[in-house]
Amino acid sequence: MDATMLPEVTAAGVIIKAVLILAVIAAIAGFGTYIERKILAFMQRRLGPQHVGPFGLLQLAADGIKLFTKEDIIPQHANKFIFAIAPVITAATAFIALAAVPVFPGFTVPFTDIYVPSIASDINVGILFVLGMMAAGLYGPLLAGMAQSNKWGIIGSARTAIQFLSYEVVTGLSILAPIMLVGSLSFVDFNTYQTDGVWLVVYQPVAFILFLIAGFAETNRTPFDLLEHEAEIISGYVTEYSGMRWGLFFIGEYANMITIGVIASVVFLGGYNDFWFIPGWIMIIAKIAFSFFFMLWVRASWPHIRPDQLMWLCWKVLMPLAVINILITGLVIMI
Amino acid sequence: MSLEQFKNRNVGTQNYVKLDLDHAPTDAWSQFKQVVKRTFQPELFVGLGVTLREMMNSLFRGKSHTTQYPFEKLPVSPRYRAIHDMLRLMESGNYRCIGCGLCEKICISDCISMETKYDENQRKEVSEYTINFGRCIFCGYCAEVCPELAIVHGGRYENASEQRASFSLFEDLLTPIDQLNLQQEYAGFGAISPNADENIKSTPLAY
Repeated sequence: MDATMLPEVTAAGVIIKAVLILAVIAAIAGFGTYIERKILAFMQRRLGPQHVGPFGLLQLAADGIKLFTKEDIIPQHANKFIFAIAPVITAATAFIALAAVPVFPGFTVPFTDIYVPSIASDINVGILFVLGMMAAGLYGPLLAGMAQSNKWGIIGSARTAIQFLSYEVVTGLSILAPIMLVGSLSFVDFNTYQTDGVWLVVYQPVAFILFLIAGFAETNRTPFDLLEHEAEIISGYVTEYSGMRWGLFFIGEYANMITIGVIASVVFLGGYNDFWFIPGWIMIIAKIAFSFFFMLWVRASWPHIRPDQLMWLCWKVLMPLAVINILITGLVIMI
Repeated sequence: MSLEQFKNRNVGTQNYVKLDLDHAPTDAWSQFKQVVKRTFQPELFVGLGVTLREMMNSLFRGKSHTTQYPFEKLPVSPRYRAIHDMLRLMESGNYRCIGCGLCEKICISDCISMETKYDENQRKEVSEYTINFGRCIFCGYCAEVCPELAIVHGGRYENASEQRASFSLFEDLLTPIDQLNLQQEYAGFGAISPNADENIKSTPLAY
């Protein structure tokens, strides 16, 4: 709680942190595609990529070369400006959201006195900022689908609008209950609240499950991957995209998956506190990795649902549960 | 027994038993019970367990369904009808074809063409023999009709090549003379695959 104990955060430290986040997360987002293919392959008794490099590790480089050298096609009747900037919106909002998220514990650069904070920008309304930024990410798919003059794109962007807007409600309401317990919107306060070793998921199991479900919907993961489901709408909002513009959507999606993993870890699963004898930075990486793995695991196991089931789940099940959870939490806090 | 029951085409009005259909809920209470039952059934987690088990199997026990095709190939059944082979006589090394022309006659897609002449011993000699694989439908009649077991179907199923002619000439189909000792006799219709034993699964019956 007492931030005065920490060393002063200088501009150099923030810049180092920003570069670190951009480099690490972009690399992980690319590497995530390899992990996803491998894990899905193993779960379906296949082998996955294995010919480029040892264990297929360089498949990532091969895909990168392919994406960069592909022709960048802009359809004739598309709104060219909006079509061009839509993927940038997705990638940019995904990375801006990561600015207010604690990714590693703070440390001092060796041999200097530059302190690199755990959060690039510790604004005291961090959760609000991250959720808002992820909500702004809605404009990427929405504008992309509407600008490309393609019926599948239009359907994809319409689905984007209903899915993201509906599940914003569940995300906000489900995370409201832990915010009431902690009494702050700052991720650092959430972390310090759980230093005694009792994770918030123990107090708020319902909120955790609701947040996880809504997180799957907001990152467009499998039970709710209606935005670009091949069997129904070709590729939804990315139908007309090719090359690196398509790749930016991909990177943004994976960065969002990591953001959801970080929020779940910090808010519900004890953050980057030491656990028994395991240091905190290993714990946070392990938690984020597990939540990433869980998303792939679910994708390999479960079928996806219809749009009407998606709306039914959101408005008739999840939102009432979230409201009841807030009500009970409020009553318990009052008593 | 009359045939009347088989002439009844009103499908669905007879004594069909519908399987796997629960009773639809009629009132609000049974509807509520169904929702509760479906909510707390661990079906989704059973699914997660299945995929995790398969991942462990393929990671640590090497169980994988993948055949890495260009590097490993599944054995082909001897009955498989791929590119033809022309066989030689094991004793003399001469080709078995006697130039009777039956294969050319029976070929239903008319893709075999051969020319024969008499050699100095007044025996039929094949002077030209080609199979147009652009037309061949691999029906196997030519191999079936051949009285000398000279033309048979081989196991060469990888047909990509730079030119069509590399398959279709007599010399290409004929067993090379230096590989005569490796020539396989046609196993015959009804022969089983070399890996037939591996493909046998135990019958899932309890006795």
